[in-house]
Amino acid sequence: MTSPLVRPVLVSAVLFMAVTGLGYPLASTALAKAFFPRQAAGSVVMRGDTPVGSALIGQDFHQPGYFHPRPSVTGNTSYDAASSGASNLGPTSAKLLDAVRQRADAYRHENGLLAGAPVPVDAVTASASGLDPDITLANAHAQAQRVATSRHLPLPRVVALIDAQAQGRQLGLLGEPRVNVLALNLALDASASAGKP
Amino acid sequence: MSVNLVQFALVLAAMAALVVVAGRWLTHVLTDKAHALPERLTYRLLGVDADSGMDWKRYGVALVLSNAAMMLLGYLLLRVQSLLPFDALQRPSQTPDLAFNTAASFITNTNWQSYSGESSLSNFSQMAVITFLMTVSVASGVAGCAAFIRGLAQREARDVGNYWVDFTRVTWRVLLPICLLLSLVYVWQGMPQTLASSVDATTLEGTVQHIVTGPVASLEAIKHIGTNGGGFFGMNAAHPFENPTPLTNTLHMLAMFLVPSALTYAFGRMLSRRRQGWAFLAAFVVMFVGFLSVVYTAEQHGNPAFATMGIDQQAGAMQAGGNMEGKETRFGIAQTSAFVAVTTAATTGSVDAMHDSLTPLGGLVPLSLMMLNDVFGGVGVGFINLVAYAILTVFLVGMMIGRTPEFLGKKIEAREIKYVMIAVLAHPFCILGFTALAAVWPDAPASLANMGPHGFSELIYAYTSGTANNGSAFAGLNANTPFFNTTIGLAMLFGRYFTLLPMLAVAGSLAIKRNVPESQGTLPTATPLFTGLLIFVILVVGGLTFLPALALGPIVEHLAMLVGQTF
Repeated sequence: MTSPLVRPVLVSAVLFMAVTGLGYPLASTALAKAFFPRQAAGSVVMRGDTPVGSALIGQDFHQPGYFHPRPSVTGNTSYDAASSGASNLGPTSAKLLDAVRQRADAYRHENGLLAGAPVPVDAVTASASGLDPDITLANAHAQAQRVATSRHLPLPRVVALIDAQAQGRQLGLLGEPRVNVLALNLALDASASAGKP
Repeated sequence: MSVNLVQFALVLAAMAALVVVAGRWLTHVLTDKAHALPERLTYRLLGVDADSGMDWKRYGVALVLSNAAMMLLGYLLLRVQSLLPFDALQRPSQTPDLAFNTAASFITNTNWQSYSGESSLSNFSQMAVITFLMTVSVASGVAGCAAFIRGLAQREARDVGNYWVDFTRVTWRVLLPICLLLSLVYVWQGMPQTLASSVDATTLEGTVQHIVTGPVASLEAIKHIGTNGGGFFGMNAAHPFENPTPLTNTLHMLAMFLVPSALTYAFGRMLSRRRQGWAFLAAFVVMFVGFLSVVYTAEQHGNPAFATMGIDQQAGAMQAGGNMEGKETRFGIAQTSAFVAVTTAATTGSVDAMHDSLTPLGGLVPLSLMMLNDVFGGVGVGFINLVAYAILTVFLVGMMIGRTPEFLGKKIEAREIKYVMIAVLAHPFCILGFTALAAVWPDAPASLANMGPHGFSELIYAYTSGTANNGSAFAGLNANTPFFNTTIGLAMLFGRYFTLLPMLAVAGSLAIKRNVPESQGTLPTATPLFTGLLIFVILVVGGLTFLPALALGPIVEHLAMLVGQTF
């Protein structure tokens, strides 16, 4: 019963590995490179001749003059784009609640908020990928004063930059309004150098 | 708020529109008499006669043996990964137990991953092993379902089709064209598709960031079309490269629903009982909407413990609010909740948020959907499960009204009910048995990331996911231990074959029966009343089986959360 099956069983394994495992992804790669070369290579953002990151991948910012991303628990360091990761802590985890309380205190301190002032939830919770490139508009606006003070820029100018970089819902409907932290900080740097005499 | 409801409605409406298009195409592919050129070449290489039929046993043997050979090939390629091309990062070969686990997981359409993609697979393996096994496991799943449907349609005959023809056609005519197109849309939206392993960037603050890339889009396309679920990256479809925009998130959801819902249409057409197909689809949709509303409400409501710390979880124009731990900003609460419900309803296991960090009632939803295992269900198998429950419903109602149960014009007798009961009972037996074992296993608590009831939820989620061939996880659980690797591996195999094989036997048994003409005493099975009864039976059987276990996990955790208790 099985002997006539030997050939189709073995040939189909090799044949379909070649077709679906090599032919299909390689054809897709070739077409992607022809039509969408920037995205296919990882949406790399250049400043001059230097790659400074990917438009889709978050990166860490600590300096007060930059907008800060969400907390990240990737790999060994935050925003390790070679090892995505999340806390995986549940809502009743004491560890999670301690971390959130500390982050909230630090956030209020950095941004000159009063004790107990409301903190946007995305600013104190770790994202799923650990590489979330975006923050909410609420989070960006809460950081604007700190960035403005640190850069000696008028607050309205920083707020205008947030508004200019803000992305709405896709097609006016899908997902959430947000702002890409890398794009916002690049715009901030560009605006600062343009303003210099 | 209303924009969120519009997003949900849009997904369901787009799915319904696609059902007809994809269902017609699938029916044509499974019933066409003519063979296209690539198919004729394939048959010649395989040395098979495309026009000869098979009975259900021969069909099943061909399916199992071809899967075994493909799994072995995948295993071998993973073992020699370090010798193969396309890997500037020089990732080592997988160890024997890990390679076995990976190959078994992907050929059974479970896609449970004991590894993290970016650190342990080369681009060659991501294509030639993962993408390959993802594609063929779907083709086998659809083929198995086609054989099942033909068995139900047959009158006094044994022929359920030709496995090689079904497998070849589904691959050439359905999977490859759709995936190629979808992968390009994905790249347009920002997914990488390259053979380069990584990009090194210097961040604005001057540190070096290694950004792993690869042929992501082609893998993502078949991962969702095939309800596979294993990610290119460790954090799966939450990773911005796997899911860069809300549009890709929406397309992922539609892709997951495409084949399972199209199968209900193909079923209706192939049996010339279109209303029956719609009645089944209606049962899927009603249950899905119910579960979606629970997870959405719970996640949007957020974590009461955060509120006491002055964390703002209110939804507004400036933020989505809600429980954002383990979620991505671009998806917020609405896109995430919909994805949670879709991925577990369609048994994909792809995740765009960390399920371990969902609120207790939010986490209850994916658990329940996998426990019921027939709200859409994975490619092929979910539909077969629904038919099992439909036969059970006919039987129970037949008992109540004192008539011989009939289904699709065939008498349902003791033999079929026995097989159906094996299929229906294997699932909870496997989930609850292994969970009970893990709960008393001395080393198991060391693997938990969360204590208290949430820790129990991590255990039961792991076995439910394995048994339902889902593959998503409460990922805090460190499952990479000999105990968990073995027991979850067994759960995957039991879950697949102890539901699939008994139901194929039911199809084989029904195929040789005579057709009973419909009479006054026949219970019509294509009416809203029957759909309602079917949902009732599924919820009652599922509820009676799993509610006690759920009470120990998510339900007690919800009560603890409300009174502010932590663990």
